[in-house]
Amino acid sequence: MYLATKQLTKQFGGLHAVNEVDFTVEKGKINAIIGPNGAGKSTFFNLISGVHKPSSGQVIFKNVDISNLPSNKIAKLGVARTFQTTNLFEKSTVFENVIVGHRLRTNSNLFDAIFRTKRLQQEEERSKEKALEVLDFVGLTKSAERVVANISQEEKKRVAFALALATNPEIVFLDEPTAGVNPDETEELSSLIVKMKERGITVCLIEHKMQMIMEMADKIMVLNYGKKIAEGTPNEINNNEQVIEAYLGRSASA
Amino acid sequence: MPKKFEKYIVIFFIVLAIIFPLITQNDYYIHIMTLAFIWSIAVYGLNLLAGYTGYLSLAHAGFFAIGAYAVGLLTVKIEMGFWVAFILAPIITAVIGFFIGIISLRTKEHYFAIYTLCVGYVIYLIIDKWDSLTEGVRGLMGIPAPANIGPISFTTPLSQYYLVLAILLLVIFIIYRIINSLVGRTFIAIRNSEPLALSLGISTIKNKLLSFVLSTFFAGLAGALYASFVRFLGPDIASTAITFDLLMYLIVGGIGTLFGPIVGTTLIVWISQNLQFLQDYRMLIFGPLLTILIIFAPRGIMGIIGDWKVKSSEKKRNKEAQKSQSELKKEA
Repeated sequence: MYLATKQLTKQFGGLHAVNEVDFTVEKGKINAIIGPNGAGKSTFFNLISGVHKPSSGQVIFKNVDISNLPSNKIAKLGVARTFQTTNLFEKSTVFENVIVGHRLRTNSNLFDAIFRTKRLQQEEERSKEKALEVLDFVGLTKSAERVVANISQEEKKRVAFALALATNPEIVFLDEPTAGVNPDETEELSSLIVKMKERGITVCLIEHKMQMIMEMADKIMVLNYGKKIAEGTPNEINNNEQVIEAYLGRSASA
Repeated sequence: MPKKFEKYIVIFFIVLAIIFPLITQNDYYIHIMTLAFIWSIAVYGLNLLAGYTGYLSLAHAGFFAIGAYAVGLLTVKIEMGFWVAFILAPIITAVIGFFIGIISLRTKEHYFAIYTLCVGYVIYLIIDKWDSLTEGVRGLMGIPAPANIGPISFTTPLSQYYLVLAILLLVIFIIYRIINSLVGRTFIAIRNSEPLALSLGISTIKNKLLSFVLSTFFAGLAGALYASFVRFLGPDIASTAITFDLLMYLIVGGIGTLFGPIVGTTLIVWISQNLQFLQDYRMLIFGPLLTILIIFAPRGIMGIIGDWKVKSSEKKRNKEAQKSQSELKKEA
């Protein structure tokens, strides 16, 4: 078992945003989480990445209980994530923005900064190399020196991917990676996600675009009102009565 | 704009600052300039926290006063040697800043600003009311000028000017090193988005506290210089009016820019000197000017220059892209 949730529950007051969800992420695969609006998908992500603490239940990553670790510690274990909207430093270049992504793998402190020690110089060099490497991976080498304020929405999504990848993750959680981009760009971003998987990075994503999910996901979990209503391959999900009902409502003939 | 050119501009201003007293030969102008430099050291501290880390502290005059009173009390009441007191003062300020930071950084955004505003006022009240220690409204008198270092004495305005200038340059250099390092990038990441910074494995609590403590350290250092330069302290230096003066210097110069604090502070100090004859009516000019500046240049004077630089480099990029495209066409 690679990453799994056990009876994971999050209550906001009386509302069960996530309700006793058991889910396992398959290593080296693309895992997708789908569900209608308000189904608890983002909350589920936030529980795994440590933004919220679960009300009950556990998150297990490589046999370690990470349920109560803060986000930054979880990131250090190799779990990266992106957000639906990414706040970058608009006045600075793409390259400059991505350098900090490798910060968690460095140890330089204030003393190193003021005296520009060898350690700082080496670590800065390494962070910059890492930034160039991930920018190359996401296809932004040409835009590296451009100011973030002047790049497109789709390019900003790529920068967000690059930042997550700069942390040297084993697994990435992508929260609606193609929200707000056009169909052509969606296709390019999905091929990038497939490329991540080919690199050996486990992917877990939330998405609304069904066609895209059905094409690329190896495994899908469906949430509705915080509960898991189905889990399986795209084919199984496609033919699942409960899923069809959740999305389209009960059919008259049934 | 090429990097080399920027370097020359910086060198030009440093040389200008060094020969300034020789040009004016006027002790009053030297006095004003020394004060402006002292204030800008405090503004540099504020800039690190408010500009680069995104936490607007309104207790800054309080920490400035703590640094000033530390020098004053240590030299006058305990009769400690000047330089020992001078070095202890920013450290004492930073230690107090550490404990206040732990508590105040539990809040964010507006709540942080309001909380620190209250902290600043409490510091003011303590200085104002604790007569037996601080002499309260009577003020603390008889603070010695900086003691001689070997043959160098700091009794004339000229020598004090150079002492303050040297410390200011050192402060700017340290800030430059910090913000251009991984540590500075970490602060900027927190300013952009705390959830994102956390997801990148950055301990936001630790880094915010570091920025807060550094910011109070520089405020304390400025306060210590102020005490030894003015040699009289009243509780007014801890007042919120001073905090907002510092904030105004920062906003006019350019919040979150390396040279914003020094540009904003010297500019406003000089303008308000030249408008002395208007007395309190000068606020009638300042108010609208500041409003216009915030509407049209929210990142201050250095912000405008920064934007202009970005635009010109983008233009150059586009031109080069066109050029290479047309060359490709020619070859085809």
